[in-house]
Amino acid sequence: MNIKSLIRFDWRSSFIYWMFALIFLFFALLLHNDGFLGPNNLLNIFRQTATISVMAVAMTFVIACAEIDLSIGGVAGLSSVVVALMIRDHGAVAGVCAGLGVGLIVGTANGLLVSRIGIPSFLVTLGMQGVAVGTAALITDYAPIPILNDSFNRIFGSGSIGKFPSVIFWSFSAVLIGWITLTRTTLGRRILATGGNRDAAEFNGIDTKRIKFTVLLISSTVAAIAGMIYAGRLQTGRYEWGAGDELSAIAAVILGGTSLFGGGGTIIGTLFGALLVGLINNGLILAGLPVSEQQIIRGLIIILAVALAKKK
Amino acid sequence: MKEVGSINTVEMKNISKSFFGTRVLKDVNFSVRPGEVHALAGENGAGKSTLMKILQGVYTMDSGEITVAGNPVVINSFQDAQNFGIGMVFQEFSLIPELSVAQNIYLNREPKNKLGLITDAGSAASAEKVLKSVGIEIDVTAKVSSLSRAYQQLTEIAKAIAAEAKILILDEPTASLAKHEVDALFKVLKQLTSSGVSIIYISHRMDEIYQICDRITILRDGNLVATESLQDITPHDVIAHITGRKDVEMLSHDGHQINRSSTPTLKVENLVAGNRVKNVSLDLYKGEILGLAGLMGSGRTEILRAIFGLDKKSSGKLFLNGDEVSIKNPRDAKNSGLAFIPEDRRRQGLVMEHSVSANILAANLEKLSHLSFLNFEKIKEFSATAITDFEIRPPEASRQVKLLSGGNQQKVVIAKWVATNPSIILMDEPTVGVDIGTKVEIMKLVRSLAAKGNSIILVSSELPELLGVCDRILIIKDGEIRDEISRQDVRDEDHLQLMVQGISA
Repeated sequence: MNIKSLIRFDWRSSFIYWMFALIFLFFALLLHNDGFLGPNNLLNIFRQTATISVMAVAMTFVIACAEIDLSIGGVAGLSSVVVALMIRDHGAVAGVCAGLGVGLIVGTANGLLVSRIGIPSFLVTLGMQGVAVGTAALITDYAPIPILNDSFNRIFGSGSIGKFPSVIFWSFSAVLIGWITLTRTTLGRRILATGGNRDAAEFNGIDTKRIKFTVLLISSTVAAIAGMIYAGRLQTGRYEWGAGDELSAIAAVILGGTSLFGGGGTIIGTLFGALLVGLINNGLILAGLPVSEQQIIRGLIIILAVALAKKK
Repeated sequence: MKEVGSINTVEMKNISKSFFGTRVLKDVNFSVRPGEVHALAGENGAGKSTLMKILQGVYTMDSGEITVAGNPVVINSFQDAQNFGIGMVFQEFSLIPELSVAQNIYLNREPKNKLGLITDAGSAASAEKVLKSVGIEIDVTAKVSSLSRAYQQLTEIAKAIAAEAKILILDEPTASLAKHEVDALFKVLKQLTSSGVSIIYISHRMDEIYQICDRITILRDGNLVATESLQDITPHDVIAHITGRKDVEMLSHDGHQINRSSTPTLKVENLVAGNRVKNVSLDLYKGEILGLAGLMGSGRTEILRAIFGLDKKSSGKLFLNGDEVSIKNPRDAKNSGLAFIPEDRRRQGLVMEHSVSANILAANLEKLSHLSFLNFEKIKEFSATAITDFEIRPPEASRQVKLLSGGNQQKVVIAKWVATNPSIILMDEPTVGVDIGTKVEIMKLVRSLAAKGNSIILVSSELPELLGVCDRILIIKDGEIRDEISRQDVRDEDHLQLMVQGISA
């Protein structure tokens, strides 16, 4: 049985790396005159994917647990404006605390509604998305709120550590913590068990309701942090930040090889999934395509990639 | 203080349990000695699983006492049972398919390093040790989903042993295993008992009970009938105790005659499908009810599934009224005039949330619509007829099926398929989970369908049922037809039971 598992080629879990290499090569050949391979552009890809990869790591937990969180884009937007307002009136520390508070409150609400009342997470978070975006627009009257606190802006995305933009450190910390949590902690194992076979997990003494609550809480809190990264990078809080990110994050997770039906999950795969989404965006912009065509091609590539990944 | 060896591992004294006023266990005594394999036998509904569920803390007993190693215990949950060393080998529940064998064995109590992180190497090493101690060879890093049923089951056993179970409950453990896998399982069980673990072995298979068990306890209708050493009791007596030489008169055969000189309605030639249907040939005549008798896992269900196109046929031919037909999927089967009443009506037969009427019309949409538009006048009439014909109670077409009793749900399934005007009806355990009164009604229904000229293949574990309605019975074992017997030639239920068990009478 040992030999069998060695020679069995696991297409699904290695798929993302092949896909990533292939698309990278494709753009490298097509766009080498447009500076695609330049160190600045490559750093740019990382910078642009930072918020998505942070959220996608948390989304991996949610999907591995056989749930979904559609509210993360809205939470990121709400967090960005709450942070901006609090910094304006009370300083950076209060701002960061308030931002985290947004994530904790929304996450608790999502988690309770899903785990205690038993509403499917799809519906709860779809509704919560609207509540979050609406609240953000309401309290700012649709206006962007500038952030003038330099240390906040430096830490959350505008600054750099040595040569590397600080946003990259955020995404790598998220990947590292996520990877350890999923593979090496009891929480990670319980999440996989709950998503893989809930009845069995219960029989093993796992409190699956609590696990579902926990993943939704993590997801919202991480989305709030992503909102702060948006705010710091763009030095502004705005209700629109993060709009549509839930779909990019879900695409990153699924492209990375995590099953939409729960029970499995790979953080490294998710990172590459997020980078692939960023790579495609970057390549299409460099190729000079109008936004409309970018959207069409991006959509088609993602559908194609997921279809290929499903192949046995 | 008594010697350890003389104390029963588990003792259940005067256990009684009622559900909704029906006594399902009456003062049952059951004890298991250290290191023994104790068979628990009885018909479906005799109380075996209720007794075991009490031992696992799933049900609470109304009265009685349980002691573990001589100490009185209260078992209120599955966790309690585990703490007292009572392990259950589930058929399908307790493994996480995407995790490895070792990860499953140590699920929710993973070994950790100094930093508090899980060490998969640690659990793999411990799992390896446990597996070795009981003589199981599995790659502990393999994903459970990649293992065969047999190895998944061995993983379940290893998991219980790793949790230091002193007593293991195995419910029909060989139902889905091949012969060599059964041998491997028995070797493991021997190894376990020699290290003092006790095993409760629930099975219908007499040959296995005699091969592996030391004692047997037989329940019938919630009563303890006998606890005997298997050396002191013959298979014939065991079967007599199990069946209680029950009255089969309520369903006495009406002896209707079948004309077998004509072309058979359905002819199956050398059918092979998967590894559970091996070279099956049979003829089914107009108006005939053909019974398939065999133990769980003998391939009965799979024969029906292969005929109906639910499972892929690797070879073999089907003939309807003499003409060869190709049935590749259930749609082909339906178009050829076949109907299949599945075993699990809740999952395979009905949409539980939908109304009686919606369920009945699901298989008859073409008939009840015009250019894809549903004809509600026709549907109303159609469901009303079905409800009257099949005596579905309460007679309300708009009632959700989940609110009906098991028996009436089954009637809805049958009504739905009969409305497609099939010439051949395949039925798999049509009376599972149905109360006794409705059972008789359903069997009468089967008979009346045959009297109208339908041909029926009936799979049932309830031998009185087969005896009550079948014209001929085929004995199935290991995916093959072992014997064929005419109803007139069956002396009584014991005779048929011995044939099913493969013991010459």
